[in-house]
Amino acid sequence: MALPAPRRPDMPGPQPIEATKVSERPLAGGQAAALLRETSGEIGDQLFKFAMFLCGLAVLAMLGLIVYELVLRSGSSWRAFGFKFFAGRDWDPVNEQFGALPFVYGTLVSSFLALLIAVPLSIGVAVFTTEMCPTLLRGPLSFFVELLAAIPSVVYGLWAIFVLIPLLSNYIEPFLTRTLGWTGLFVGPPYGISMLAAGIILAIMIIPIISSITREVLMVVPQHQREAALALGATRWEMIRVGVLRNARAGIMGGIILGLGRALGETMAVTMVIGNRPEIAKSLFAPGYTMASVLANEFSEATGNVYLSALIEIGLALFLVTIVVNALARLLVWTVTRGQSASARA
Amino acid sequence: MASLRVLVPETDKDSVLHTVPPIALRRRLTDHIMTGVAVLTVILVLVPLFAIFAYLVYRGVGSINWAFLTQTPKPVGEAGGGMANAIVGSAFILALASILGVPVGVGAGIYLAEFGRNRFGDVIRFTADVLNGVPSIVIGIVAYAIVVLSQKHFSALAGGVALAIMMIPTISRTTEEMLLLVPQALREAAYGLGISRWRTTLSITLRTATSGVITGIMLAFARVAGETAPLLFTAFGNQFWNLRVNQPTAALPLQIFTYAISPYDEWHRQAWAGALVLIILIVTAVAAVRFAVRRGTFGAA
Repeated sequence: MALPAPRRPDMPGPQPIEATKVSERPLAGGQAAALLRETSGEIGDQLFKFAMFLCGLAVLAMLGLIVYELVLRSGSSWRAFGFKFFAGRDWDPVNEQFGALPFVYGTLVSSFLALLIAVPLSIGVAVFTTEMCPTLLRGPLSFFVELLAAIPSVVYGLWAIFVLIPLLSNYIEPFLTRTLGWTGLFVGPPYGISMLAAGIILAIMIIPIISSITREVLMVVPQHQREAALALGATRWEMIRVGVLRNARAGIMGGIILGLGRALGETMAVTMVIGNRPEIAKSLFAPGYTMASVLANEFSEATGNVYLSALIEIGLALFLVTIVVNALARLLVWTVTRGQSASARA
Repeated sequence: MASLRVLVPETDKDSVLHTVPPIALRRRLTDHIMTGVAVLTVILVLVPLFAIFAYLVYRGVGSINWAFLTQTPKPVGEAGGGMANAIVGSAFILALASILGVPVGVGAGIYLAEFGRNRFGDVIRFTADVLNGVPSIVIGIVAYAIVVLSQKHFSALAGGVALAIMMIPTISRTTEEMLLLVPQALREAAYGLGISRWRTTLSITLRTATSGVITGIMLAFARVAGETAPLLFTAFGNQFWNLRVNQPTAALPLQIFTYAISPYDEWHRQAWAGALVLIILIVTAVAAVRFAVRRGTFGAA
């Protein structure tokens, strides 16, 4: 009925299409099926799915490979020392006596120190960005904190050597000795290069992790929790404490553990400031050594099978600890943010 | 009768005020103090950030010159020289890592988003998250065991492998998230046109999510670009030019580390210059990513 509009080459926009017959007669059944199979590419689909599956499998394989290599190559140290490896205090490559206790101690103390400093600061920052700060500031603020995460650890180390260490040895450590020296934690010559320096630099490095995860979980606390608290006459801080922080406990814990995982494995910045001496000292001003730094310092120079194997065993222990810590943290964060779309977590 | 007078409209305002008791001074004070504490934490966190950047620029800008960007390191005691070979070496190692890591990472992300909505997918997802937290130095050991021991010497390839292992989990998880943001209707429209599944995934889904996927890749890239620990005993470092895959290669972070812990002022100066160059490269990448994300349709990084 409706005649096709005439073509108007002088007009802008799409021209009306002239109807043309594609085919006089329908395709035969077999032909159509063949054509369909060809275009839908069953074989291509299978191949594609298989290739993508292999990529996914590669992720699993990487974990398997890490475990395999570490277990295989730490064997001779394990046979030589057994469990005593982690209880021994001697680290004597010349006589092939290896005990990893000072490294385990150094890793634990420096990470714990870092958490002690970083946790209150990061939660404060997260609470400020989600609950208090004007919307205009929110973006730039989280950008700056994220920027802290983008600085490579070797640059942190460089900065620590030339700024933090002099600051510590000239002002902060003498001050701590005067005021808190009686605890026994802050005594000894204030060289700056110390467990304390490692703890501080680690704290700066893990703040972005803890605060971004905390911000994430604070943002998924339902808005009506806040409104309910406010409606009951709570002040803003009471609302945050009762309505927000208490609801986000598990997620914040996850963020803290994730930060711990990062602190345990952090290598370069710590190696540059901790002093690298395998000793166990009570004072935080004394130099120490961590598992990651002994690997960084001695691995490429290790001579002898047992020496190398002992170092790899330290690597294995570090790996296992961080795996457990990270798995725990992920599970906690997952249970909190599950069901939230990816965009809500941004 | 006098009590009834209170309820007449003129005094209504007063009675409402009396039913809501004023907040106790102690509670108001706590509120103000905690707000102050929160502001203080923000300041305490931002101070090191600005201190690092300010000091970096202060020490670095004076040390960057043409020689630094074009020459190889001079022996100890001789002034001058630069880190050109380390800058190029870093780019070389990162290129190797990207060639190895990006296709596998994106592939794993596609698998997780398109085929991995099941138990096995969850296992991979969890593994990737856990791998993200493995200390970089441990990954260095593994790359050493796989590549260096079989090649019998340190090499750029070993460094590339180590960095690729670190890139894959990040890339696969962000790729998955970005692909999941693509509306299902788009896929169905493609299927409805008779387009095969692989073609749909590559030309429709992946294409739509491109900006997000690239964001993920850039973030992973920025993260490994500054890594030193996994390169210590894989790429090892080199005082000279090298662009062969199977030879020890200089890298910018490695060079910064070596110079920073050395006792020479000249080397310290160059370490700062190197750090500034490294930071500029990384911050440019991150800022570009944020810019792209803000403009892109699927901004959820």
